[in-house]
Amino acid sequence: MSSIYQALVKIVGADYASDRKEELFTYSKDLGTSEPLWPEYVVAPKTTEELQEIVRLANEKKVAIVPLGGGMTLAGLALPQQGGITIDLKRMDRIIEVNEQSRYMVVEAGISHGKITSYLHKHHPNLMHSEPGAPPAATVGGNLAIHGQGDLAHPYGFNSDMVNGLEVVLPTGEIARFGSCAVGSGWFTMHPLPDIGLFLGWNGTTGIITKVSMKLYPNKKIRENNLFVVEKEEFVPDVLFEISHLGMAEDLIATSSEIPPMMNRLHYVSIMISGDSEEEMEFKRHLTFDVQLSKYIRSGVGGIASVSQERSRPQVSKSSDWKKGGGFEYVGAIVPVTSYPECYRRGAEISGRHDIPYTVLGRVIGSCHSMMFSWSYAFNRADDLTVKHARDALHETDELVMEINGTIWKPAIFGQKLMMDRMDPGALRLMKEVKKLLDPNGIMNPGNWEVI
Amino acid sequence: MYELKFDPDLCLACDSNACLVKCQHMDIDQETARTEILKLCDGESSFVLQDCVTCYACEEYCPNGNHPFYLIVQKQEEFNLLPLPDPLVKSGIQVGIPFRGEPEIQEITGTALNMGVFSQLASRVEGRLFENLTIMSGDSRKMFHYFCQLMYLHYGKTSVINERLDKIIQTIAAHKVKEVVHFHDECFGTYTSYAPAFGIEVPFKSIHLFEYLYNKLLELRDDIKPLGYKVAYQRPCSSRLSPDKHPFVAKIFDLIGVEAADREYVDENAMCCGATILGQKKEGSRKYCAEIQKKNIDDMKKAGAQICVFNCPACMQTLGMPVSKQGIMPLFLSDLCRLAIGENAA
Repeated sequence: MSSIYQALVKIVGADYASDRKEELFTYSKDLGTSEPLWPEYVVAPKTTEELQEIVRLANEKKVAIVPLGGGMTLAGLALPQQGGITIDLKRMDRIIEVNEQSRYMVVEAGISHGKITSYLHKHHPNLMHSEPGAPPAATVGGNLAIHGQGDLAHPYGFNSDMVNGLEVVLPTGEIARFGSCAVGSGWFTMHPLPDIGLFLGWNGTTGIITKVSMKLYPNKKIRENNLFVVEKEEFVPDVLFEISHLGMAEDLIATSSEIPPMMNRLHYVSIMISGDSEEEMEFKRHLTFDVQLSKYIRSGVGGIASVSQERSRPQVSKSSDWKKGGGFEYVGAIVPVTSYPECYRRGAEISGRHDIPYTVLGRVIGSCHSMMFSWSYAFNRADDLTVKHARDALHETDELVMEINGTIWKPAIFGQKLMMDRMDPGALRLMKEVKKLLDPNGIMNPGNWEVI
Repeated sequence: MYELKFDPDLCLACDSNACLVKCQHMDIDQETARTEILKLCDGESSFVLQDCVTCYACEEYCPNGNHPFYLIVQKQEEFNLLPLPDPLVKSGIQVGIPFRGEPEIQEITGTALNMGVFSQLASRVEGRLFENLTIMSGDSRKMFHYFCQLMYLHYGKTSVINERLDKIIQTIAAHKVKEVVHFHDECFGTYTSYAPAFGIEVPFKSIHLFEYLYNKLLELRDDIKPLGYKVAYQRPCSSRLSPDKHPFVAKIFDLIGVEAADREYVDENAMCCGATILGQKKEGSRKYCAEIQKKNIDDMKKAGAQICVFNCPACMQTLGMPVSKQGIMPLFLSDLCRLAIGENAA
């Protein structure tokens, strides 16, 4: 029995540390096309103190550590590239504080978005947070580590723009706090202290986020999805622009997919609105359809596909079922909204070359400031050829994103390299220095954002 | 290609022009009605083609059985005056394309129950009322092979129906079935009204769900416990294609001991659910749809309806939630019948 395993057991107890193959197996897999990569140990701390001890141990022994949230990225970002210890953070899931009047909540970062939704629904029904378009098991910390966005992206931006404060365990095992909480003033704002910004979007390579103060938003009593459809992809940016002019939608998503046939070569814009009364809802419908989009309806090039439907999550994951075997992975990119037509056309071409029914989606971030555009590729987990096709399609899409001057969102290591190859040298040098300063032994999720 | 059996002489001799005079959505006097329908008979265009909301009702209003609605829809296509914007037409046409393999065809002895494109509602056809029927199109992956296509009347696209319907009929016939009960009366209307009107041969006998339910309830009469509710019926557009079956609603109500809510929008004056009007390109369609839905539901409330029963899943999808928000329980009529014989609704 190794000394590291024994040390981990000493920190968290035998039930929460393992080096057994049958348990490591689970942690060797990602839901996407990545090949399995095995950790040597897995450990699940309950407290920040336990986590600090684990990180100190790893730093002392120079063993790689990989922080793991819900394991939902599909891009293999929490697979251990160099073995070592996978730290499963899902037990660190306490809700520490909800401040209703100031609309924020402080949570441990291993908490799932599903648990937060459920808790707010039960205890604070007039508040909501921005849920990512991922299964409810996705964690807050994991989502922030990849700059995720959610269903309030249109009015409020990235989920990482909705942070009021952070607590982080550094690679040395020390704790650092950022935001107003750093000066003992509570967790109500990230500003106006000097910008540090070293942990969001870093895939856990600079530290492990342990506590987060998240902004909460008004949760209205009625919520509905309305669908508007156009055939020409060139219309989509303007449709989104017109709707975003109102500033009324909670979520704004354009989708197109080869399957089911009703969506093939058509573009559906999902407009989520909410209100506290039927009058408020009708006012919003009126401005959306009878004013902003009426030019499309009158000229017969756009139409209302449905109104007042119940909210449903983005259907992208259903595309995993378009082939037998239930696999899918996607490339996400942050692009200007005006890139939608080209993203769609080029994505459909890539899918066609790899015999995969195309599925694309663009979620508006901010008032059309940008869009998270995703290209999904389905594959059969039991058929290596289809996995290869999907992987090749993903790589081609990463290259496409670079070609059209987008930025790859939560890139896999292949995509990270593409991004770093063309990154501003000054920024790259600074990333390298930051990494060296914070993680001199290179133990934090090695392989990710690794500046050579 | 199939041609509509339409007799212009019947319109020429018609002294009521009820098809257009009675229209709930266009305000037309008899003289104008006569002029416009005769224009259509002569192959000319008419404002009717642009203003028609495709509610099917003129099929019922016509005293001569002369299919004015099918004529209007056919002319909408001929003059490229489709009621819906192009992307909705394209989307609608593509909805009916089967995409998950071929159906498994097994011989069915006895009477079949055709679920059409509502396989997901199979839980609605359980219990004693349906125990002797063999379900056809119970697999949602394959259901578009059983799609009656009549929906395309709302799209001004008889060409799509005429192009696809033969294959659908062949699929149903391949089960070697002689009698088919149709869960949705749009399917019933397709095989008993539309197909004969266009000379399309149908090699099986169609039974309306409500007629079937009525007869089955008669068999189970001893088990019926009167429900005592006041009930509104949301009559679907396709019911206009089989007005002779509409009286079964009242007969079923009598049998299961419910009172029909005394409404303005009932029977021939029934109000469309609005689903198809919502997206039409005519200015103000969305608001008009909201208005008629409100009128319809207010009418149910005023009449004291406790339950609103549906036949059409599209009506249920459109009005189910709004009626429930007004304290009226939405139910399929088949579920109400199940309650009456002591079973649970799905």
